[in-house]
Amino acid sequence: MMDLDISRRSAKRVLKLSGLEPLVVTPESNFINVGERTNVAGSKRFLRFIKNGDFESALSIAREQVEGGAQILDVNMDDGLIDGKEAMVRFLNLIMAEPDIAKIPIMIDSSKWEIIEAGLQVVQGKCVVNSISLKDGEDTFIKQAKLIKRYGAAVIIMAFDEIGQADNYERRIEIAKRSYDILVDTVGFPAEDIIFDLNIFPVATGMEEHRDNAVHFIEATRWVRENLPYCNVSGGVSNVSFSFRGNNAIREAMHSVFLYHAIKAGMNLGIVNPVMLEVYDDIPKNLLEHVEDVMLNRRADATERLLDLSTTIKQTSKGKVVDNEWRKGPLQDRITRALVKGVDEFILEDIEEARKSVDRPIEVIETFLMIGMNRVGDLFGSGKMFLPQVVKSARVMKKAVAYLLPFIEEEKDENSSSAGKILLATVKGDVHDIGKNIVGVVLACNNYEIIDLGVMVPPEKIISEAKKHKVDIIGLSGLITPSLEEMVILAKEMQRQKFKLPLLIGGATTSRAHTAVKIDPHYENAVVHVNDASRAVNIVSDLLNQKKSRTFVDELKNNYSEFRTKFLERQVTKTYIPIEKARSNKYKVDWKTTAIVKPKQLGIHQFDDFDLSILVDYIDWSPFFRSWDLFGKYPQILTDDIVGEQATELFNDAQEMLSELVSKKLLKAKAVFGLFKANTINDDDIEVMHLNGQADLESSDAIKHVTFRTLRQQAKKAEGKPNYALADFIAPKEENIEDYMGAFCVCTGFGTEELASEYEKNLDDYNSIMVKALSDRLAEALAEYLHQTVRKEYWCYDQGESLTNEELIKEKYNGIRPAPGYPACPDHLEKETIWQLLDVENRIGVKLTESLAMWPAASVSGYYFANEKARYFGVGKIKEDQLIDFAKRKNISINKARKWLITNLAD
Amino acid sequence: MSILTEALKKRILILDGAMGTILQQNNFSESDFRGSRFKDFHKPLKGNNELLSLTQPQAVAKVHRLYLNAGADIIETNTFSATSIAMADYGMENLVYELNYESAKIAKQVTKEFNDQNADKPRFVAGAIGPTNKTASMSPKVEDPGYRGITFEELRIAYKEQVKALVDGGVDILMVETVFDTLNAKAALFAIQEVKEELGIETPVMISGTITDASGRTLSGQTAEAFLISVSHIPLLSIGFNCALGANQLLPYIEVLARKTPFAVSAYPNAGLPNAFGNYDETPELFADQIKEYLEKGLINIVGGCCGTTPNHIKAIAALARQYKPRPVDILLETLEHII
Repeated sequence: MMDLDISRRSAKRVLKLSGLEPLVVTPESNFINVGERTNVAGSKRFLRFIKNGDFESALSIAREQVEGGAQILDVNMDDGLIDGKEAMVRFLNLIMAEPDIAKIPIMIDSSKWEIIEAGLQVVQGKCVVNSISLKDGEDTFIKQAKLIKRYGAAVIIMAFDEIGQADNYERRIEIAKRSYDILVDTVGFPAEDIIFDLNIFPVATGMEEHRDNAVHFIEATRWVRENLPYCNVSGGVSNVSFSFRGNNAIREAMHSVFLYHAIKAGMNLGIVNPVMLEVYDDIPKNLLEHVEDVMLNRRADATERLLDLSTTIKQTSKGKVVDNEWRKGPLQDRITRALVKGVDEFILEDIEEARKSVDRPIEVIETFLMIGMNRVGDLFGSGKMFLPQVVKSARVMKKAVAYLLPFIEEEKDENSSSAGKILLATVKGDVHDIGKNIVGVVLACNNYEIIDLGVMVPPEKIISEAKKHKVDIIGLSGLITPSLEEMVILAKEMQRQKFKLPLLIGGATTSRAHTAVKIDPHYENAVVHVNDASRAVNIVSDLLNQKKSRTFVDELKNNYSEFRTKFLERQVTKTYIPIEKARSNKYKVDWKTTAIVKPKQLGIHQFDDFDLSILVDYIDWSPFFRSWDLFGKYPQILTDDIVGEQATELFNDAQEMLSELVSKKLLKAKAVFGLFKANTINDDDIEVMHLNGQADLESSDAIKHVTFRTLRQQAKKAEGKPNYALADFIAPKEENIEDYMGAFCVCTGFGTEELASEYEKNLDDYNSIMVKALSDRLAEALAEYLHQTVRKEYWCYDQGESLTNEELIKEKYNGIRPAPGYPACPDHLEKETIWQLLDVENRIGVKLTESLAMWPAASVSGYYFANEKARYFGVGKIKEDQLIDFAKRKNISINKARKWLITNLAD
Repeated sequence: MSILTEALKKRILILDGAMGTILQQNNFSESDFRGSRFKDFHKPLKGNNELLSLTQPQAVAKVHRLYLNAGADIIETNTFSATSIAMADYGMENLVYELNYESAKIAKQVTKEFNDQNADKPRFVAGAIGPTNKTASMSPKVEDPGYRGITFEELRIAYKEQVKALVDGGVDILMVETVFDTLNAKAALFAIQEVKEELGIETPVMISGTITDASGRTLSGQTAEAFLISVSHIPLLSIGFNCALGANQLLPYIEVLARKTPFAVSAYPNAGLPNAFGNYDETPELFADQIKEYLEKGLINIVGGCCGTTPNHIKAIAALARQYKPRPVDILLETLEHII
């Protein structure tokens, strides 16, 4: 009984593993990459080290794997000439003493049970056993599975049974299903801890029966993921290209193509050598087509054609035909040019040449690269280079430094000198990181060491990491309003712990005003609002310059203090009226005459895989340029005297990526919206009636009520000007008129993180930022498109509407779609109501973080109001009386309400 | 045992405070520790607190009584170091079964007194299972990081002996606590599973790890979430942290557990950090004031004290905890209901 219950008890049934740190494999996770080089069967070098008892060198292979991005470390000691059990225990014990390796979970890989069990007995974290199967019958299988569960590990199940290894689609699913049923029903093994290895076999071997090897694996993967709940699928990828040994260009393309299709079918873990992988998008079109023909068995002559192509591919280099005259210039000129132009094609050979010309590898950074980057800095500072280019330069710089690092490490003399250490983090509950990443890149270009803690970082972690790394500056970023409060919390904590470090504040919602008024007073030391990346370098350099920093900080403090005084003085001149008075001055629609159209299709509607190509024309490009610190209106910005050239280049790159995103369907777009009967009650609340499940609209017990709470302007208005609340645009119940409203959530960010981190892995921040910025634009475009579709086809109050994109952007249509967290409804809490009403998370998978940010980040949610009088407005500041009333209406504590509305409260 | 889950659903349960701190107030001498039974024993015995269950049982019972009077719902047996591994220091490996069995009996007897008087507030006995004084994941030799002073197998055998005796002595709960090395704890959990299977019983299990310092890691290097994932393979009554830190310092790690686990959450911090003399001087009021934040945030189901806490500390938090609702664990408990 108990054993069965364990597999049912957890709400979130996803594979969770641990080393010193957790690894949680969610549906949104990237493909999990298992490091394979610590395997005596797969790596001759590793085998040699183990045979010679050189465990120190064997450890360095493990470390390379972790540094190379392995998220799980596969360890295998199956070799006839070594004592596998002893070697496994010795090696794992040594790994446990290396925190930088032991942080990731271990995969204990052996065909011998005694080696597996010995491994399980020396690792504290939750491991993966690789593997067991039905090969020796059910009794052994059950016995081993029970023990694995008792040791607390996950398990890989090979598609193998008493008859043999599964080598076609039917056998794969037959064995998987049988294994799954035994594990779940007899052993009580948690289904999320099961990982199937469905056997990846080579294609293009020339044998007829191997033609479908990849297709069968992919299809079996799809079946397993759809029919065996919660389980995972893995495999050793390099097998698939076995027949092209010796031709790495082909093999790399084959791996990428295979993974591309297998991951889409549901393969979520795998043993892949990251070096042997081409970026799918970078595979030349011709090669891609040939490889896909083989992989997907699309043509009878696919193998022959790929073989023919392979002989030519081997000879041609990857380079394009371009003017390479500059290659003949002096070394420094070549390196500087590569950095300024952001061209990485020859950088490694140039760096190698530079390395040979100096005594110590660090000098390459200190002279050649710094001269180049200084040139970039000068051009940037004088406005001759723009941010997108600088990010490209950084990509080249990173590549060069990455190449040099092993040489520098080898030399291991006194520590290399960085200009200073800067910790960057997006605060707790917030997931937005484009701006932070840009600042990080720009600072890194200027020789600062960046400790980037990523997104959703809790304050205690920021504090502890700052201490651990002895950083010189802490930089915080956030985009949503609750993040502002998190920044205040951190500043207070830094004060409490008597920190001396300067604190940088950045991100879209932050402002000089907020920094000066809300953060600066809580921290005695420097607090600086950094509004764009180009200013970051100067500010940081002033803060860290020992001679200047004292005066700089004093000036800063004085400035903020003056600003604060003036700001607060300005504030008090605004007067507010009690909420009751504001309500009696509400905006009054003439309900007798106003047109109310009943939506043609009431209820909830959903799009699970929205065609991205439709959205391209709906993109509002101006904010896109703003996210790159290029200011101006699109399309005029493209021909602007100062930034025009840069904007055009950026725009071209964006178009290129966009067309790839669209044509290859790299992102998934989903949307859900609903149209409901609604009436305003008690002035400020909107009661929405929605159907319970599929029931008939007219049967009254099938109807549920959900209430949106709106906030009302409370500032004293000039004569004749109303105090708006969104509730004013919906007919009050007492008018006895049936009115309607809608709610929606769209997301185009499914896949963004994976792509971005793939780029980051390749040290390509430019494209990583690009894909995020484009995802955000697509989400806004989808919101725009969906709104139009709703107006024309679902609600049908504006069927005749025909507007250009420009007119759409200018909102020349009837009705509005305000979003919680924005000026008309600054209360983020209402998102929870939208989520409840539309069942957003279950339907399309968009989640709310603890700060109520949407995840994936490229999401938009809001309401639809159709009334011709509906308009956007800003609620502005509200008073304590409305806060208390709001908390009461919403049935939450005043403290909770205050926490969420703190930035809207008038002092 | 549904009384336990019933109680856990309704209110925050109070765990007792430090045993050693209170026993020390007796200032027992070497001969007090020995009693008549061990007066000629070949090794010094002063400091072997677990032995007092045999030689000064009334003193142990008195500590239990003090905590129950202070409002504790769960008291821990005096068996923290009663494994053959830890007892080897005193040469008393062969007394392990008796130490655990008798300690369980003493605690059960005292709770019976209280339960007989007031059936509305049931009291429970948790068999304390400490980490031993050896680590399975770390080398005691600086020059040889691959060396281990103890194996999983040795730990499993030692724990099995302790668990068997505690169960025979009648404990209501098994409590694997002060986990500084997760591998040790996994050996204990393994042994518990074996005993449960062999005896066909379903004694609920509590587990409590120790975050050693502000790094937020266990001594063996795991983060709070990694620890949680590593021990969640068996159904637990609760998971939590105790010892090493005061309530304030422990809070962020308890928050991690509260957010991520379907099990009940426990916390029993020290009375602050030790002062320059190694003593704990956080007052009951100060201690309770910090526990208040746990309660306000709705983080916990079971709360108590570790090093340096006294019956007055427990009294202070018991009074406070009455005013708050426990962290909701309804769904979990319905599942556990079948198990226990």
